[in-house]
Amino acid sequence: MALLEVTNVNKRFGGLHAVNDVTFSVEKGMIKAVIGPNGAGKTTLFNLISGNLPLNSGKVLFDSKEIQALQPHQIANCGISRTFQNIKLFPGMTALENVMVGRHTQSRAGFFAGMFHLPTSWSEEKEIRNKSLELLDLLEIEQFADAEATSLAFGQQRAVEFARALASDPQLLLLDEPAAGLNIYETAEIARLITKIQSQGITVLLVEHDMSLVMDISDEIVVLSFGRKIAEDQPSAIQKNKEVIQIYLGDDDA
Amino acid sequence: MRQYFSLGFLLALVVLVQLITQWTDTAFYLTQLTMSAYYSLLIIGLCTIMGYAGQISLGHAGFFAIGGYLSAGLTTHNLAPFADNAFASMLNKAGLLVASQDLYGDPLLTLHPWAACFIAVSTALLIALALGGPVLKLKGHYLAMATLGFGIIIYRIAMATPYFGEADGLSGVPSFTLLPGVTVSGDFGARTSNYYIAWGAVLIGMLLLTNLVNSRMGRALRAIHGSEEAAQAMGVDTARAKLLTFVLSAGYAALAGVLLTHYNGSIGPSEAGIMKSVRYVAIVAIGGMAHLWGALIMGTLLNFMSLRGLFGSYDDAVFGCILIVIMLFAPEGILRLHLWQRFKKDKAKT
Amino acid sequence: MNPDLFFQYLLAGVTYGFLYAIVAIGFNIIYNTTGIINFAQGEFVMLGGMFAISLNNVLPLPLAIAAAVALTMIIGALLEVIFIRWLKSPSVLRMIIITIGLSIIIRELALHFWGETVYSLPYFIGNELSTITILGAKVSPQVLWVIGVSTIMVTALSLFFRFTSIGQQMRACSSNRLAAQLCGINAKNMVTFSFMLSAGIGALAGCVISPITYTQYDIGPGLAIKGFTVAILGGLGNSMAAVIAGLLLGLIESFSITVIPLAFQEAVSISILLLILFVRPHGLFGRSETASLKEF
Repeated sequence: MALLEVTNVNKRFGGLHAVNDVTFSVEKGMIKAVIGPNGAGKTTLFNLISGNLPLNSGKVLFDSKEIQALQPHQIANCGISRTFQNIKLFPGMTALENVMVGRHTQSRAGFFAGMFHLPTSWSEEKEIRNKSLELLDLLEIEQFADAEATSLAFGQQRAVEFARALASDPQLLLLDEPAAGLNIYETAEIARLITKIQSQGITVLLVEHDMSLVMDISDEIVVLSFGRKIAEDQPSAIQKNKEVIQIYLGDDDA
Repeated sequence: MRQYFSLGFLLALVVLVQLITQWTDTAFYLTQLTMSAYYSLLIIGLCTIMGYAGQISLGHAGFFAIGGYLSAGLTTHNLAPFADNAFASMLNKAGLLVASQDLYGDPLLTLHPWAACFIAVSTALLIALALGGPVLKLKGHYLAMATLGFGIIIYRIAMATPYFGEADGLSGVPSFTLLPGVTVSGDFGARTSNYYIAWGAVLIGMLLLTNLVNSRMGRALRAIHGSEEAAQAMGVDTARAKLLTFVLSAGYAALAGVLLTHYNGSIGPSEAGIMKSVRYVAIVAIGGMAHLWGALIMGTLLNFMSLRGLFGSYDDAVFGCILIVIMLFAPEGILRLHLWQRFKKDKAKT
Repeated sequence: MNPDLFFQYLLAGVTYGFLYAIVAIGFNIIYNTTGIINFAQGEFVMLGGMFAISLNNVLPLPLAIAAAVALTMIIGALLEVIFIRWLKSPSVLRMIIITIGLSIIIRELALHFWGETVYSLPYFIGNELSTITILGAKVSPQVLWVIGVSTIMVTALSLFFRFTSIGQQMRACSSNRLAAQLCGINAKNMVTFSFMLSAGIGALAGCVISPITYTQYDIGPGLAIKGFTVAILGGLGNSMAAVIAGLLLGLIESFSITVIPLAFQEAVSISILLLILFVRPHGLFGRSETASLKEF
């Protein structure tokens, strides 16, 4: 049974058919990538899965449960976590606090407990803090815990965003162009972190533009073009696929 | 831990100010300081919804007025003619009515201030709950206009309803005994104790809010302010969090209205006016939006100056100018110590 | 209700309806070029009336009105140049607060110049007692002035936006500011111009309506919120629909006093605003899809 199943999903913006009848699935434990040229509908597809956009038709099953009609925060509570292409850290909060927000789904203290600082919330608060520090440690940015998150270097901000997404103990991690805006060294670092995340038993679905990253770390690749899925295979096979080379690689560096 | 230190400092300052006024024979300042404290209670509540949850409210004077007017109306309107009414006698048996005599020695039967306070604050909370659902779905201009509209409706109701005294407002509001020996009233002799009651309320209010800001829900609120989309992706039910904060801040406003009305002994429609709401927003903006201490300091300072009449007939104009100047040159507020933040950043980096 | 009274309510509704529509169009002109709702829009109407009333002491009425409109336009332009032009991509919240601040200051200045006295311009023709009989009903000529001037203004504006070069440039800025700039349009000047234009129409409306509704320093906020209601009702940015929406609100308000006390009249129109914001924020005539693309 696949962890995530996307079945005949469609999304139209007026006359534009941004995602056209796309079907694919993600098995537990793998790193799967969605690639395609600009405007292929990758990010739209992503936003459909995470609930940020309503879809026109089709089904999204997560852990055999239909999630396509849920709100983003409900989807997060199901165990899907995500990062953003243009990093969206919370300004005015430290890196640690950012990650602590990520622990929201795994904690319960409400307004009342917060205002009265009830003893029942103390141990939970401690757990949130420790877990967040652990994650900063895992992503090798523990030294920036108390720095304002948005003041960090770009690559470090991405790592904070990863830690924040991991704080909810997700089963599935959605990464939206994790290498966007990074140089080749930082990209290599990110690749290493993504495999490290996989080794924690977390399934990863990523949308990416950077072919080197995708080819190195993915177990399987879905190729989109003008909203349609044109191929789905292992990286080595994708690299040989004629249609893919023509629409994607043929134009520039292949 | 740091917040408890700040609160301790505030407590010491409150005591110190009182002692200084006693030594220098300037205890008359305490009256305005007491009134400023109640306004500040509203302002720190507004600061949570504006600064932390990022939602502008141009209608908070409305909630203040709901609190003040309801408690004034319920504690001043004579129920004696209805004493035989089944409902009234039930209230009377429950000990919720107070019997006294008016100026002419006729019997006066009114609702107990605690019962009135409870009704007033709950009404404000319920209205905020009902209004907040649809209103907080709005953004930017729409949110501003909707809250402004709410404020004007409350103002118009206060102005047009005989029960609320129309343009004259309500006066003769009795004192409010919170606990035996702790009474909110405008009596000259009770000036010092009322100063401490008001600032005690502010201290408790601050304690609760600073706790909140540093808790799980507080972090979620700050996250919403930073990026609503990312907060949702982290599993934060942003609509619910905003609604609860809105209701909370309405509760602060209503409670401030209740207490100040008992202190002043009266309330008038100007308390519900748009200019009051705008003034509160101005003060939160000067304090730096997401800055409870900034809001408290500026709230006390500016209200005190305004109540002392330092701005003369230019009162509203002063707040208008403050709004413009702050928004043009220091949208982060004037109390944001950039140098200090930069220093912290540098230390963290090395 | 007897037919005569009905007709009086109808006329009052139409008169106020046009006033609200003009305020709404003022909102729309600035909103279209900048994405800003100018909370000081109602103050332009007040200023127009006040200037004309003061100038009428030394100038004949037509000249006084022309001068008042010109003065208000200059003030509109100055506000934009001093307070708005140099801000780099300010947030909506910041702009809301700034324009609210401006409205307060204009109002307070007006209070210090003119006091709390209620003023009015003389009737353009005849006096408050003179009537013209149309279809057997008596109508004050000033009502005809309001209807006539408003109709001319709305028509002139739509012709202006369609056929003149500046009008076309302003429309270009509203549909895509960056693209318009790349085509050599000075977008900043267009913004200044939109402030002048909406100040001008507000002021003219303020003059024409003054004999009927009177002018006081604090009429601005009430007009602004009703004008905004009308702008939303018609769909923000849609000036033609604003006229229909304005008449609708004016009539609802005017007939509401048959069931609800006059003191609650303003509460009625604001309740309509809240209702429309909650239920149909894209307006009666707008489409939700296009509305969702706009930035509020």
